[in-house]
Amino acid sequence: MSDNPFPVDKAGLLEAYRMMKTIREFEERLHIDFAKGDIPGFVHLYAGEEAVATGIMMHLNDRDRIASTHRGHGHCISKGVDVHGMMAEIYGKETGSCLGRGGSMHIADLSKGMMGANGILGAGAPLICGAGLAAKFRGDGGVGITFFGDGAANQGMVLESMNLAAVWNLPVIFVCENNGYAEATSRDYGTAVKSYVDRGAGFGIPGVHADGTDFFAVYEVVGELIKRAREGGGPALLECEVIRFFGHFEGDAQTYKAKGENEYNRANRDCLKIFRAKVTEAGVISDAELDAIDGEVAELIEDSVASAKAAPLPSPKDLMSNVYVSY
Amino acid sequence: MATNILMPALSPTMEQGKLAKWLKKEGDSIRSGDVLAEIETDKATMEVEAVDEGTLAKILIPAGSDNVAVNTPIAILAGEGEDATKASVPDAAPAAAPASNGAGAEPQAAKPATPQPAAAAAPAISRAPEFPEGTEMVSTTVREALRDAMAEEMRRDESVFVMGEEVAEYQGAYKITQGLLQEFSDRRVVDTPITEHGFAGLAVGAAMAGLRPIVEFMTFNFAMQAMDQIINSAAKTLYMSGGQMGCPIVFRGPNGAAARVAAQHSQDYTAWFSHVPGLYVVAPYSAADAKGLLKSAIRDANPVIFLENEILYGQSFDVPKIDDFLVPIGKGRIARPGKDVTIVSFSIGMVYALKAAEELAKDGIEAEVIDLRTIRPMDAELIIDSVKRTGRCVTVEEGWPQSGVGAEIASILMEHAFDYLDAPVARVTGKNVPMPYAANLEKLALPNVGEVVAAAKAALYV
Repeated sequence: MSDNPFPVDKAGLLEAYRMMKTIREFEERLHIDFAKGDIPGFVHLYAGEEAVATGIMMHLNDRDRIASTHRGHGHCISKGVDVHGMMAEIYGKETGSCLGRGGSMHIADLSKGMMGANGILGAGAPLICGAGLAAKFRGDGGVGITFFGDGAANQGMVLESMNLAAVWNLPVIFVCENNGYAEATSRDYGTAVKSYVDRGAGFGIPGVHADGTDFFAVYEVVGELIKRAREGGGPALLECEVIRFFGHFEGDAQTYKAKGENEYNRANRDCLKIFRAKVTEAGVISDAELDAIDGEVAELIEDSVASAKAAPLPSPKDLMSNVYVSY
Repeated sequence: MATNILMPALSPTMEQGKLAKWLKKEGDSIRSGDVLAEIETDKATMEVEAVDEGTLAKILIPAGSDNVAVNTPIAILAGEGEDATKASVPDAAPAAAPASNGAGAEPQAAKPATPQPAAAAAPAISRAPEFPEGTEMVSTTVREALRDAMAEEMRRDESVFVMGEEVAEYQGAYKITQGLLQEFSDRRVVDTPITEHGFAGLAVGAAMAGLRPIVEFMTFNFAMQAMDQIINSAAKTLYMSGGQMGCPIVFRGPNGAAARVAAQHSQDYTAWFSHVPGLYVVAPYSAADAKGLLKSAIRDANPVIFLENEILYGQSFDVPKIDDFLVPIGKGRIARPGKDVTIVSFSIGMVYALKAAEELAKDGIEAEVIDLRTIRPMDAELIIDSVKRTGRCVTVEEGWPQSGVGAEIASILMEHAFDYLDAPVARVTGKNVPMPYAANLEKLALPNVGEVVAAAKAALYV
C-alpha cells in the first residue's frame, strides 16, 4: 500500500465508504420491497447522491445538527441514525426510530443531531437556522446543515432563511442537492438563474459549488465552509450536482428522463464507483477490503428488514400518545 | 341612549394627540360617517368620523386641545328622541366592572321577574381559588401584565427569549415588550426582519434545539404567512418523532378586529388554531389571566398560540400581587355566577358577554358568564356543569360562525348535556363577511351587546 494522498486517513475512508454503501443498499432494498408491496406510502430514494451526505457528515459530531428533506434516508444514515430503527420506522413498526408514527418522511433522532426528514419542501431551512441560533446563543461551537433540492430552492422559506442566517451571522450551511429534477419538472424550467450558487451573492453569503458525485470534492469544499461557520464566519450556500438514480418517489414511471439516462449514470456517474476507483488506484485501500464492507452492509440491511418485519405494530392503545408533552 | 365619542388613535402606537378642529357643533344632527373633527399628531392628521347617528349633545374637549389621550371621551352623542341637553354617559370605563376571578365581588342582580325552576343548584365542580383570599390587588393594564409575565419568566429561565418585528429597539409595535431590551439585551430581545415564515420556522427550530422562544406576531393576521411552520412543524413534530422532539414555544400577539383597519387586519383566528391537535390555544380577557396564562404558556413544554386583543391592551384590571402568579392552561372561570342562562365567551367577547349580563339583570335574568380563557383544550366540564344548572347557553365570539368556537360548544353540549337543554344553543358571532372598513358596516359585522341580550332572551323564551 502506498502513501495516502487523500485528506482523510484510511480509517476515515473506510468509514465513508461504509456510510455510502449502507445508504445505497438501504435504498436498493427499499426499491425492491416497495415494488413487492411490503412498504406503503411515499418513499423517496437517495441512491446516487450518497457522496454529498457522506462528504458533509464526515465533518460533523452529534452536537452539530442537520435538517433534512423528504429524500432523507441518506442524511439519516450518515448522521448516525440506527439502520434497524430506520427500517422498522419505514415498515411502520413500534421499534422504529419514531415508534412508527412518522415513516420515511419524518425519521428523526435528536440524540444524533438529526432534526428530522421533512415532508414539506424547504421546511428544514428555517428549522436549522433555529438550531444555529441555539448554538450561537450557547456559544457551543455547533453548526447546522440544511438540505434542499433544486425544486425547494425556490421556496420562500428557504430564501427567507438565507437572509435571516446572513443578517444574524448564524453557523449554518445551506446545501442544495441539485439532481436536475424538481419532482418531474426540469430544473431549468423552474429556475431562471443559471447556477444556484449565484444566489449566495443576493444574500451576502458565499456561494460555492461541488461535484456531488465526488466524495472528495464535497468533503474538501464543505470542510472549509464548516470551519468558517464554527469560527463565527457565518453561513454559506453550497450547491452539489447529483444524480437521482430512481424517480421522485417509488412508483414514478420517470417518463421525463431520457432513454438510457439511468443506465448511463449508473455506469459512468455512480459516486460509489468513482470513490472505489480513486482509493484503489491510489493503492490506499484494496478491492478486497471494500468487498468485505459490501458483504457486511448487505448482511446489516438483510437483518434490518428481517427484524422490521418481525417487529410488533404500535399498540392501538397508544394512538393518542405524544400529541402533547404531558407531565 | 347617549354614547361617548372617544379620542381615536391614528396608529396602533399613538397614545395621545391634538384635537385640532371641530367640524360639527353642539346641537348638530349627526349621521354615520359624518366627519366630526380633525385630530393630529406630529406625524399625520386624521378625520374623526361618526359611527352612530344622533345629535351632538356636548363637546367635552374643545378645539385646539393638545395631548388628548386616546380613548378620552371628546363629545357626547345623544340618541334619537333623546333630550340632547340632558344627555350624559356616567360610566365610561365598563371594562373595570367584571368580578375578579370569583373572589367575592358578586354582581348585584335584580330579583327575577318570572318564577324560576327550583332546581337552580350550586356548581357541581369546585375548584381551588387561583390566589388566596385577601391578596393585595394592583390595577394593571393588559399591556403591562403581558410585559410583566415575559420579564418574570425571562428572569427565571435564561433560555427564554422574545423575537419578532419591532420588539426590541422600537419597544414593540403595541409596546408590549417595553423595557425588555434594556433589561435583557439584544441577545434575548431580538428584532426580526419582516419575514414571518422564516422567523417562525427559525423559532420552532430553536425550540427543538432546547431554547424557549416567545414569538411576537405584530398581529396574528401576519401569522398566516407562517402557518406551515406553526402547523406542520411546531404542532406535529412531537407526535411524528415518537415523542423525541418537543417544541416549547409561544406564538403571541394581537388577534381579531382592532378598529377601522379593514379585512386583512381584522380577523379572529381562534377557531383556526383550535382545530389542530398539538397546539394549545389561549385567549385571555383580563389582565390577571393575561399574566398568569402567559407565564404558564412560556413554561409549558408544548407549543402555545396566545391570542391577545389590541382593544383590551389599554384596559386595566386587578392583578394579584403575588411573586409567581400562574393561571393553569385549560381551565375556564365563572366570571359572573347566575342561574338562568349560561353565556360562554373569551377574550374581547367577554366585554359583550358581561355587558349583556348587566342588561339582562335589569330584567331580572341572572346570566352565568363563563370566560373560557383557554380554547384548546377546552374546559368542557365547566360549560357542561353550568348548562346542567341553567338549561340554556349562548356563545359569543368575534370570529365567523362556520366551524367556530360556538359551533364546537354547541356540539359538546349536544353530546354531553342534551337532556338538560331547554332551548337550542344560540351563537352570537361575527358576520359571514370580510371586515368592512366603513365605520357603520364594521359595527354591523361585529357582535354587539344587543345581540347577546336578544339571544339570551330567545333561549329563555321571553
